[in-house]
Amino acid sequence: MIGALLLAAAVTAAAAVPLTGREYYATLMLPFFAYSVALLGLNLLFGTTGLLSFGHALFVAVGGYTAAYLGSALRMRSLEAMLVVAAVTAALVAVPVGWLCVRYVRIYFGMLTLAFGMLFYSFLYKFYGLTGGDEGMPVARPTLLGQSFGDLDKTGYLVGPYYYYSLAVCVVAALSMWRIVRSPLGLSLRAIRENADKAEYVGVRVRRYRFYAFVIAAVFGAAGGVLLVVPTGLASPTLAYWTHSGNLVFMLLLGGFSHFFGPVLGAFVFIFLQDQVMSVTEYWRFVFGVVLAAVVIFLPHGLMSLVTRRVDA
Amino acid sequence: MIQVLNLLLGGVFHAAALFLVAAGLQLVFGVQKILNLACGSFYALGAYAGISAVKAALAAGVPAPLFVLVLIVTGLALGVLGPPIERLLRTIYDRDEAFQLLLTFALVLMLEDVIRFVWGAAPAQLGNVYLLYGQVRLEGLRIPVYNFIVIAAGLAIAAGMGLLLTRSRFGGIVRATAENRSMAQALGVDMARISSRVFTLGLVLGTVGGALVIPAGAAVNEMAIELIVEAFAVVVIGGLGSMRGAFVGSLIVGVLKAVAIAVYPEAEMLAVYVIVIAVLLLRPAGLFARVTA
Repeated sequence: MIGALLLAAAVTAAAAVPLTGREYYATLMLPFFAYSVALLGLNLLFGTTGLLSFGHALFVAVGGYTAAYLGSALRMRSLEAMLVVAAVTAALVAVPVGWLCVRYVRIYFGMLTLAFGMLFYSFLYKFYGLTGGDEGMPVARPTLLGQSFGDLDKTGYLVGPYYYYSLAVCVVAALSMWRIVRSPLGLSLRAIRENADKAEYVGVRVRRYRFYAFVIAAVFGAAGGVLLVVPTGLASPTLAYWTHSGNLVFMLLLGGFSHFFGPVLGAFVFIFLQDQVMSVTEYWRFVFGVVLAAVVIFLPHGLMSLVTRRVDA
Repeated sequence: MIQVLNLLLGGVFHAAALFLVAAGLQLVFGVQKILNLACGSFYALGAYAGISAVKAALAAGVPAPLFVLVLIVTGLALGVLGPPIERLLRTIYDRDEAFQLLLTFALVLMLEDVIRFVWGAAPAQLGNVYLLYGQVRLEGLRIPVYNFIVIAAGLAIAAGMGLLLTRSRFGGIVRATAENRSMAQALGVDMARISSRVFTLGLVLGTVGGALVIPAGAAVNEMAIELIVEAFAVVVIGGLGSMRGAFVGSLIVGVLKAVAIAVYPEAEMLAVYVIVIAVLLLRPAGLFARVTA
C-alpha cells in the first residue's frame, strides 16, 4: 500500500517536472524514461532470470536505428509506428540471437551477447551506405498520436508533448513488466534463476523460458532505444558499443537488480549524477568508476536495498 | 606474392601485441577465474607510459637504439600497479561473475580517465624512432626491422611463458591453482600471494605489449576499449584459460583482420566477430581449452 502511494507520488512528481519551468531538468528526464524502459527489459533477463547480458545495447541500437530509418528513408513520422516497428524488428533479431545465446549461461552467455553486440556495432560503423557509418543517421521529429506540434520549437516539443508521451510509455512498460514478472512465466524464470536443474525437474522448460525472457528484454530495449534517439535527433553506432552495454548493466546494479524498481532508480541516479559530475569535472568516468567499484563491493543489491526491503524483480 | 607476405607480416605484428594482452587475460582467468576487462587499459597504459619514457630517456642522452630496452623496462615498472589492483579485486573473488566483470569494468572507466588526465586527449606519438634499426627492402616494399623485433619479442615471451608455466615451481603452483583452487589451498599454496603475483604478471604482459607496439603507431584514448574486444575475441577463439589458445587465437585474429582490411575493409571486425560467434556455438570451450593454465 505504502509502495503504491510512493509510486503514484513518483509518477506525479515526474509529470510535474516540466511545469516547474526548469526545462533543463525536464530534458534530462527524457533519457531517464528511455533507459528505464530498456532496463526494465534487461532486468527481466538479469534480475529475474539470472542471465547477465553484456550486449543489451544491441537492441537499444536496433530501436534507435529503426526510428531513424523509418523517419528518413520511409518518411514515416508516427512515433507509435516507430515503437511498433522497432519492437517487431527487435523481436525478429532476438529470435535467432536469443536462440543461440540461451544455450549458454554465466560467463559464456555474457561473452556471446557481447560478441553479437559488437557484430552489430561493426556493421553499423562500417556499412556507410546503409547506416551512415560513424556519423550515424539523423532522427526526424516524430508525430505523436498523429499530431505534429509544428508550432512548437524543439525544446517546447521535447519538454511538452514528447515528455508526457515518454512518461506514458515508461509507465505502460513498467505495468507490462510488472504483469510479466508476476505471471506464471515470471515465476518460472525466478525458479530458473534460483536453481535451473530443479526447475527442469519440476517441468519448467528452462531453455525455452530463457529464450522468452531474452526476446521480451529485446523488445523493451528497442522501445527504450526509440525514446532515446528522438531527443538527441541522432542514431549513432556507439549505441551498440560494448561500453554502452556496460553502462546499462552499471545502471541496473546501481539501482539494484533484485528489486523491481531498482533499474528505474538506477537510471535516474546515473543520469542526474552524470550531469552533476560532468558539470564539475571532465573526468566523470573516473568518478563513475569509483562509484561502480563501491557499489559492487559494498552494496551488491544497489541503492534500492538502502531504502526498502526486497520486492522481487 | 610479395603483397601476401606483407599482409601476413602486418597481421603477425598485430598478433604479437594481441598475444601479450590475451596471455595476461588467460593467466588471470586461469587462476582468479575473472574475465578482466581492464586488460586493454593496461595495454593503453603501457603504450602511453612507453612514449613518455622514451622521450624522457632520449632527452636525458640515452643512446637512441636502446629505446626498446626503455620500453620493456617501462612495461615492467608498471607492474607496481598489480598488487594494489589485485587487492581491490580480491574483495569479490567469491561472488557471482556479474560482479567480477563489473568491477573490472569500473577499472576500465577509472583507468581511461587516468590516461586522459596524465596524457591528455590528443593522440601521442614517438615519431620515427622505430626506423632507427633500418628497413628491409623487398621488391619495392619497405618493412621496418622494428616490426620483426616486436614479433621476435612476442615469440620469445610466448616461449618464456610456456617454460615458466610448465617447468618452474611457480608455474606448477599456477597450474595447480587453475585446476583446483581449494585443493591447491589445502596443499599449502598461499592463495593471496599467488593471486597477487599472477595478476601482476598478467598486467605486465599487457603493459609490455602496449609499450612494444606503440613506436610504430599512435596512442589514442580509445585504444583500451578497442583492444579489449579483440583480446576477448582471441581468448574465446583459443579457449578461456589456455595459453596455446591465446597464441593461436591472436594469430587468427591478427591475420584475419589484416586480410579483411586488404580484401574487404568493411568486414574488418565483422569477420572477427563472425568467427568468435561460430567458435562459441560450435566449440564453446574454444579451440584449445584447458591445455595449460
